[in-house]
Amino acid sequence: MAAYGIDVDILIVGAGPAGLAAAVAAKETGIDNLVVLEREDHPGGILRQCIHNGFGLHRYNEELTGPEYAQRDIDKAEALGIDIRCGTTVLSVEADHTVTAVSTARGLETYKAKAIIMAMGCRERPRGAIGIPGARSAGIYTAGTAQKFVNLEGFMPGKRIVILGSGDIGLIMARRMTLQGAKVLACVELMPYSSGLKRNIVQCLDDYGIPLYLSHTVTNIEGGDRLTGVTVAKVDEHRMPIPGSEIHFDCDTLLLSVGLIPENELSNQAGLEISPFTSGPVVNDVFESSVPGIFACGNVLHVHDLVDYVSQESTEAGKAAAEYIRRESFNGKTVAVQDGNGVRGTVPQKILLDEDKKVNLMFRPSGVFEKAQAIVTQGDTVLVKKRAQIFTPGEMVVIPLDTTKLAGEDPVKVSIEKV
Amino acid sequence: MEEKQIVCINCPLGCRITVTMDGNEIKKIEGNTCKRGEVYARQEVLSPVRVITAVLPVEGSPVPVSVKTAAPIPKNKIFECMAEMGKTSLKAPIHMGDVIVPNILGTGVNVVATKSVG
Repeated sequence: MAAYGIDVDILIVGAGPAGLAAAVAAKETGIDNLVVLEREDHPGGILRQCIHNGFGLHRYNEELTGPEYAQRDIDKAEALGIDIRCGTTVLSVEADHTVTAVSTARGLETYKAKAIIMAMGCRERPRGAIGIPGARSAGIYTAGTAQKFVNLEGFMPGKRIVILGSGDIGLIMARRMTLQGAKVLACVELMPYSSGLKRNIVQCLDDYGIPLYLSHTVTNIEGGDRLTGVTVAKVDEHRMPIPGSEIHFDCDTLLLSVGLIPENELSNQAGLEISPFTSGPVVNDVFESSVPGIFACGNVLHVHDLVDYVSQESTEAGKAAAEYIRRESFNGKTVAVQDGNGVRGTVPQKILLDEDKKVNLMFRPSGVFEKAQAIVTQGDTVLVKKRAQIFTPGEMVVIPLDTTKLAGEDPVKVSIEKV
Repeated sequence: MEEKQIVCINCPLGCRITVTMDGNEIKKIEGNTCKRGEVYARQEVLSPVRVITAVLPVEGSPVPVSVKTAAPIPKNKIFECMAEMGKTSLKAPIHMGDVIVPNILGTGVNVVATKSVG
């Protein structure tokens, strides 16, 4: 690419909680020539619109709202003099560490980075991806879009609301819409369990008497210019609507909270290997992708429940990127980490055998398991166990693995079994 | 003896806590993983409280300001609290941490801004 590229040590794509934590960590290890590129006009990412409380208990031992949590990272980054370039859209990332970006302020730019950290976050699954029949009326939004309207722009998207999907943003919006004066008629979930955190079911639905219809889905959308109602039906074990079980709701708004997908267009372009289970890059325990010197952390890697864990993971990624520059590579033998029974999308997928350390294995249960244990094995050897009253897909499980327990290069398997 | 099941809302881990009650007396609290969980469970069975967050319009700012109660308030005052906050007329600039409504509904709790606008 262009010989006039701007040379930087570390380039970070995204100034949400992941990008900010990675930048601060890298800077604190002594990397000065560092730049963060952010598409929006402000740093902070999705936290800016998450005005509810509940962030930061693990990291700060206090309960913050999203904007307050983000501000702490922004303040830290500013105090360290970190160069955050907002209003800058990254157009491409290439395997040779060339990054092309465009902004109104500086036009088209080419960067050449020693290391790159991907921290682009995730996006909501839209209506088109779930195939609901019926009218294409106005009044159908993803929960996060509604959240942006209400919390950042001060507009209410509707008065009588049905929510499809029980992801955390949908639950949070059920409460927000209720508090701001709307009537939330129902939260409808296709699966027999919610994909949201239990606390949000309690705090956002139960507190306000909003019914949660499990094993139900929206089978029809009615309306002309504007949505006028939806039909909801119970589904059987194959998730097919059961005739005769239909319930009709008169509503003007349907919010969708039907899943989050890591936003990896740039990673695909750069040729990073993507896991079909997490939809994020395949990484080793220092969060380095299949392309040397390109790292990934936060929701672009795998969708988290807690921003505290995003910050923790991204701090590690930031340190690792700095270390990569010093060592010039993370070559060495690795042990593969595989998903066993009841486990989906364990991160990291590889562990470097370069030194003794503690590695956090993070994954989602593939279903609901009561009175069970998560178990990490290598061959016939059990390396670590973690018991829990319940494992659900809505809550990520983290198991610390002491690498001194590893013997040889046989793969490690993570599974869930009944106790 | 009566058992009450509570999901802790102190942090997003959501520990499932079982409180064993004898009338209005707490006999046993189990399932919490930190001290805050025990405190919460005790509170939740005796007199539940919540932190309330909201957005309020600000004159002179194209964007609303987000606010929170600086401490939890009684759960049965949530809607009264929203209505009271709605009566305020705010002007830019507002800074994060500014008191928006002092001592809301006589609870001793201030409503404060969680972002800066204007």
